[in-house]
Amino acid sequence: MKHPIAGRALALSVALAAVSISAHAQTIKVGIVGPFSGPFAHYGTLFKHGAEAYIASQGGKLAGKEIELIYRDTGGPNPSQAKNLTQELIVKDKVDYLGGFVFTPNAFAVAPLINQSRTPTVVFNAATSAITDKSEYFVRTSYTLWQLTVPLAQWAAKNGITKVVTAVTDYGPGIDAETAWKSEFIKQGGTVVESIRMPIATTDFTPFAQRIKATGAQAVYTFLPGGPPSLGFVKAYNENGLAKDGVRFLGTAETDELDLQKFGDAAIGLTTAFHYSAAHDSPQNRAFLDAVKKRDPNAISNYATVGAWDGMAVIHKMIEATGGKKDGQKAIAAARAMQWESPRGPVRIDPKTRHIVQNVYLRKVEKVGDSLVNKEELNFGPQVDHGLDK
Amino acid sequence: MQLLANVLIDGLAYGMVLFVIAVGLSVTLGLMRFVNLAHGAFAMIGGYATALLIREAHWNFWIAVPAAVAFTAAVGALLEALILRHLYRRSELEQVLFTIGLTFFLIALTNLLAGPQVQTIPLPPLLAQPVDLGFRTLPAQRLLVIVVGLLVAAGVAFTVTRTRFGVWLRAAVDHPDTAASLGIPIRTVQCVSFAAGAALAGLGGVLGAELMPLEPYYALKYLVLVLVVVAVGGMGSLPGSLLAAVVLGTVETASKYFASDWGNLFFFLAMAALLAWRPNGLMKR
Repeated sequence: MKHPIAGRALALSVALAAVSISAHAQTIKVGIVGPFSGPFAHYGTLFKHGAEAYIASQGGKLAGKEIELIYRDTGGPNPSQAKNLTQELIVKDKVDYLGGFVFTPNAFAVAPLINQSRTPTVVFNAATSAITDKSEYFVRTSYTLWQLTVPLAQWAAKNGITKVVTAVTDYGPGIDAETAWKSEFIKQGGTVVESIRMPIATTDFTPFAQRIKATGAQAVYTFLPGGPPSLGFVKAYNENGLAKDGVRFLGTAETDELDLQKFGDAAIGLTTAFHYSAAHDSPQNRAFLDAVKKRDPNAISNYATVGAWDGMAVIHKMIEATGGKKDGQKAIAAARAMQWESPRGPVRIDPKTRHIVQNVYLRKVEKVGDSLVNKEELNFGPQVDHGLDK
Repeated sequence: MQLLANVLIDGLAYGMVLFVIAVGLSVTLGLMRFVNLAHGAFAMIGGYATALLIREAHWNFWIAVPAAVAFTAAVGALLEALILRHLYRRSELEQVLFTIGLTFFLIALTNLLAGPQVQTIPLPPLLAQPVDLGFRTLPAQRLLVIVVGLLVAAGVAFTVTRTRFGVWLRAAVDHPDTAASLGIPIRTVQCVSFAAGAALAGLGGVLGAELMPLEPYYALKYLVLVLVVVAVGGMGSLPGSLLAAVVLGTVETASKYFASDWGNLFFFLAMAALLAWRPNGLMKR
């Protein structure tokens, strides 16, 4: 600092800031760890919208306490970075709660930290079943592939679909999805005629569409990461006449609201099983969508926004139960017994797995006015995480 | 038979997409010997301009594409005239560092201006329909890519080898000082060639967008594919790039039909084998 006066002014303002923080001794700090830059930055934005909209919808305070959200940027899947940032949040910022986590390896990496510091941590997105096993301080408000896939496989088997080909992207969640489908569909008496794993860098999906066609299956169960791969696959599915030949598309997150409008009319008729649709008809969902729009008029709300919104609802409950004191065990005990009406429908936290139990819906993409929506056609009822309860 | 025909047709179609995306780079990197890692960014500019002109300004596809390509050429010419020309005589490392930095800058700018989502280019009905080949269908858009790819290859090869401008360009690259003393306007030649490379990149961005969707990270994501095509084809050899693109595209497609569990292994194995066999490019001895 070259300017002594500027230096002193800075020191003074820092001191003042410290005073004003200690004046609000009852501020609850929540650290949100997620990607806020790079190719996955949209997840960070969705988390931000969901969490801030929830706090605003409660009048700016949760259980009478001021809330300070501290965002930390992991970029992409980066376990060591996630661990460092979380450690800093716990040790330096002294956060009361943690939230966020898009990628499974990042969530795994922080498990020892939250165990040791007894920091209740709400996973807003990362979807591998085993995460909540790694620490009893994890609560999850997203979904797992098993949770979605098992009821979809049961439904397909009951509705005259006997021959299915699976086509998944060749990485962790894709293989999870393939295993879930195979184990349940075969149990229901169906046949998986071929299991295709598509390289993660695939841009041209035409060969896979042709292979799917050649198997003569009645339906294709698929899992792809959002964005370009999902768009490319659906394009190839249509261009190669699979839809016309009656090969049914059975997916999960592919038609999520963030990508949906990009598909154009090619998406009409796609069938997916998922826990949240922005078209879900309930007062809670309308209130949620309005609150997010108020936060940012251009915002798109999808499953990650809802994950953050419900994650804040869980943190709200934990603050209430502990009266704002740091007591990880008491907070988690309160979360375990929680049930409430989420924008996605009625949900509860499974006391054993600490994963959210929720309705899974069968949806079909339809055109309403000018835009595409995921119309919920059938409610499979409340589903636990079938991956953990095996 | 059906399977073999599928492999060949899809391989050709995919190879032509690779070629159309790579041809601009074989002009700037191959002919001008300028290591232009911002090539993907120029492709992205062309693609985004087309998408925005059609979606936001409601231009017709057939007018928007040439306009976007011209816009990319103008951006290329401007960058060349203001900044990049100072790099021609610098070392390759400096060219790499500068153009990769430019790429990151353009990624961030795109993210800021248009957001992180995928941008789609709406196709006119003529291109959106499938074409029946008798035993299977192929999207009309893919046929357009094949035709345009062949036209571009022929056009660039003709310009470089048979026209006065081509002679100037080769002279300006090989012996800039001698060429200048012979009265060749080398600054104009360099600027126009670079703009042409940028324009071809932009065209590739538009035509390839069906397979390689436009998003801010486009500029880096497909750079490796493009560099592989140019390297295997040989520096400055247009027919070489075309052949390399089709061969590599067919290898990649065949591996998706027969051995998709191996990922992209065969694509890169083919690259290594071809480079070992013909280190200077497929068409060069």
